[in-house]
Amino acid sequence: MATEHIVVNCTINGEQQVFLANERDSLLEALRDRIGLTGAKEGCNNGNCGACCVNMDGRIVNSCLVMAAECEGAEIRTVEGLADGDQLSPLQNAFLEQAALQCGICTPGFLVAAEALLEQNPDPSEHEIRYWLAGNLCRCTGYDKIIKAVQQAAGQSVV
Amino acid sequence: MVTAQSKETEQYNVIGTRPIRHDGVDKVTGAAQYGADLNLPGMLAGRVLRSPHAHARIVSIDTSKAEALDGVQAVITNADFPRAGDEEIDTGEGTANLKWVLDNVIASDKVLYKGHAVAAVAAADHHIAEDALELIEVEYELLTPVLDVRDAMVDGSPLLHDGLHTAAMDGSKSDNPSNTASHLQFTKGDLDAGFADADVVLEREFETSMAHQGYIEPHNGTAYYRADGTLDIWTSTQGAFVVRDSVAPLLQLSPSQVKVTPMEIGGGFGGKIPVYLEPLAALLSQKTGRPVKLTMNREEVLLATGPTSGTYMRVRMGAKRDGTITAADVHLAFEAGAYPGSPVGAGAMCALAPYDIPNQRIDGYDVVVNKPKTAAYRAPGAPQSEFATESVLNELAEELGLDPLEMRLQNACVEGAQRADGFTYGIIGNVECLEAAQESPHWQSELQGPNRGRGIAQGFWFNIGFESSAYAQVNGDGTVPLVLGSTDIGGTRASIAMQLAETLGISAEEVHPHVVDTNSVGYTQVTGGSRTTFAGGWAAYECAMDIRRQMEERAAQIWECDAADVTYGDDAIIRGPADEDGNDQQFSFKELAGQLVTSGGHIVGRADVNKTSSGPAFATHIVDVEVDPDTGKVDILRYTAVQDAGTAIHPAYVEGQMQGGVAQGVGMALNEEYYYDESGDLKNASLLDYRMPTALDLPMIETNIVEVPNPGHPYGVRGVGEVPIIPPAPAVRAAIANAIGVHMNELPMSPRAILDATLPSGD
Repeated sequence: MATEHIVVNCTINGEQQVFLANERDSLLEALRDRIGLTGAKEGCNNGNCGACCVNMDGRIVNSCLVMAAECEGAEIRTVEGLADGDQLSPLQNAFLEQAALQCGICTPGFLVAAEALLEQNPDPSEHEIRYWLAGNLCRCTGYDKIIKAVQQAAGQSVV
Repeated sequence: MVTAQSKETEQYNVIGTRPIRHDGVDKVTGAAQYGADLNLPGMLAGRVLRSPHAHARIVSIDTSKAEALDGVQAVITNADFPRAGDEEIDTGEGTANLKWVLDNVIASDKVLYKGHAVAAVAAADHHIAEDALELIEVEYELLTPVLDVRDAMVDGSPLLHDGLHTAAMDGSKSDNPSNTASHLQFTKGDLDAGFADADVVLEREFETSMAHQGYIEPHNGTAYYRADGTLDIWTSTQGAFVVRDSVAPLLQLSPSQVKVTPMEIGGGFGGKIPVYLEPLAALLSQKTGRPVKLTMNREEVLLATGPTSGTYMRVRMGAKRDGTITAADVHLAFEAGAYPGSPVGAGAMCALAPYDIPNQRIDGYDVVVNKPKTAAYRAPGAPQSEFATESVLNELAEELGLDPLEMRLQNACVEGAQRADGFTYGIIGNVECLEAAQESPHWQSELQGPNRGRGIAQGFWFNIGFESSAYAQVNGDGTVPLVLGSTDIGGTRASIAMQLAETLGISAEEVHPHVVDTNSVGYTQVTGGSRTTFAGGWAAYECAMDIRRQMEERAAQIWECDAADVTYGDDAIIRGPADEDGNDQQFSFKELAGQLVTSGGHIVGRADVNKTSSGPAFATHIVDVEVDPDTGKVDILRYTAVQDAGTAIHPAYVEGQMQGGVAQGVGMALNEEYYYDESGDLKNASLLDYRMPTALDLPMIETNIVEVPNPGHPYGVRGVGEVPIIPPAPAVRAAIANAIGVHMNELPMSPRAILDATLPSGD
């Protein structure tokens, strides 16, 4: 069971990265174990929970389902890249103000997914938000305050 | 952002407001360190080999090929642990037999459920560890699995444990071994006379499936055993002290040799109280001399951790025509999983708890089956037992043509009422919740449309107190770092810090809460039982009072007066007697804080509390559903949760607990089940097939916080986490019945179950 290692060049949160991936590493494993970015979380490792959601070349992916070796030349954005220095993004602020997290394990995935939603659809309806985020599981909040945080970040009035 | 305080909390400056949580920034930037995020120099990765069989004797385990694999550092089995004796250890919300704790962590002579751990490997990385698992050879002698609680109770059923005898409440044991580990019974009044008094008597049987807590973060555990005999453990746990006090005896160490650091935790709901991986990581580290991290994958989480009991329940209830309930007889048989210890006791005490019924009998049976050992799950036992009783109550109301909410008000427990288990209520908010629900816009609205229906249900949960520890120092700039032992699972750093801030008269932002390891704070019970804001807040209150006393003494020393003449006001102004010139002397908190070090030294306040009292919680839920008659799918159209919080310290996180409880309760009601085949193989061990609610499955969840302050707490706190999971299932059942006229007697009420109940048989 000899293991091949592969050199991968990509951009992560705007920075050039070169790392050595085990041929069996997923992007999630590479981010966490090779690069040291542990913001993306493993919840299921088979694409059902969305906790490992990252943005890859402009679209959101479950990083547990992407092989690290596929990332050659890719542009990847993770939760660690959402804030501008010590300035949180409107979505991050809205999550805090709306108390949209309890344990916080699903939060990185929700933030990355919701940011992609607002880039494509700056004024989504409640149904559109729920539909978009249906691939991200949260077990603590019942989703109510997460939906409201996205509405707040979209500039909508929140009851 | 809504910041208005309720009428009950207007008297406070901090309590009842909605500050940003102190750990918030780390949790929206990815900086927060959860257990699996830990990376130590020289760390090895571990994996666990698990049984493919539900019930089998282990004939032999050969680990030699795995040990020979390049990169493998150690392989362990149960035989590598010191022999565990029959002693009882504290496991957070009860006690457990040490041998069973070890056998559940790693099987000895038998495997008792699919996924039961049989060996563990530490290797250079997890890929190698996984390869090594395939090289471990285990020979099993297959035994007949026992998968249904009623089958397990029958004489002649295959036995899981040869030495298990049924324990009665008086401590006596049955002569013959049995899968029924214990039988308990609570009685009140005269049951036969009560039923004779009734005009209508209904009896219903219910079955509920095992359901998992479903936290998004799988279990993890990292250990580092050093040559000097000290052991460090880092883990996502609800109770760092429980981990310490479980791991130490399993490795025959003194608890003082073990330091447990609670990492951030990605959900628990009761399921992260027991130890699973920590003892394995500890022994692997002892064998290798290196730090070892173990993590589970999702399949392992579903197969081998957590679930709450599947049940068989039977309820007979009688009432007079005017709605007065005269008698209730409740039979509860709970699956404990592979080892004794289901939550049937709590389920039994909760079953009829909202109602003042003069004649009652409640029987509970704790039964082992070849499924994972159950763990606490949010109000353990109550969602099942109250599903049964609330459902029969709803049907009785229907039978009598009475409003189900009115009938509940008519029979509701108030102060002074006594439960069958003997507990007498103090001041409770049972009636207040029902009345708030009755007046809610939801209950007052009309529901129209075909296949739509409305249901309500009530819920009760005890809440607990017990040990919490806190200490806080006063910084020179007037900020106050607060040290806590409670894992923060949903905003308790904020809710505890707010109570300290309120008591000191400073802002929530000026308090900096920290959760620390077991060597750095006093004994603190688990984050569970809805106890953390209650008992942790009480410790923070006493800690703040300690600081106030010391600040008074220090001011007196500076002013050279008697400490009795100095008062620390609720406005955080420390006032003394007039000076020699007749001028008022006073310090603001910040002014005195700035002088502490130069005037005699730093001030540290501390408190350790152990509160055996608590404030019971009640909730009333209203739900509207629509049933698709073609598919059997149930959509939640509208949901309102009413709950007595006592005092809502941080209302946004109280609402969050209510909404999260509703979501889990709706999952339990409609979709979540453990689906076993006849061999005991779990067929849906993934989050695709174990179907938890998504954002698309739920509407906004309306919340109404009732505040009947708990007289047994400095700020009236009751605890809010658990009770909201109880009413959803019976409320949804009533709504389905209201929509399509069918009463479902099993959980989950999945599309398949609804079609089974509605389609003509033979189709």
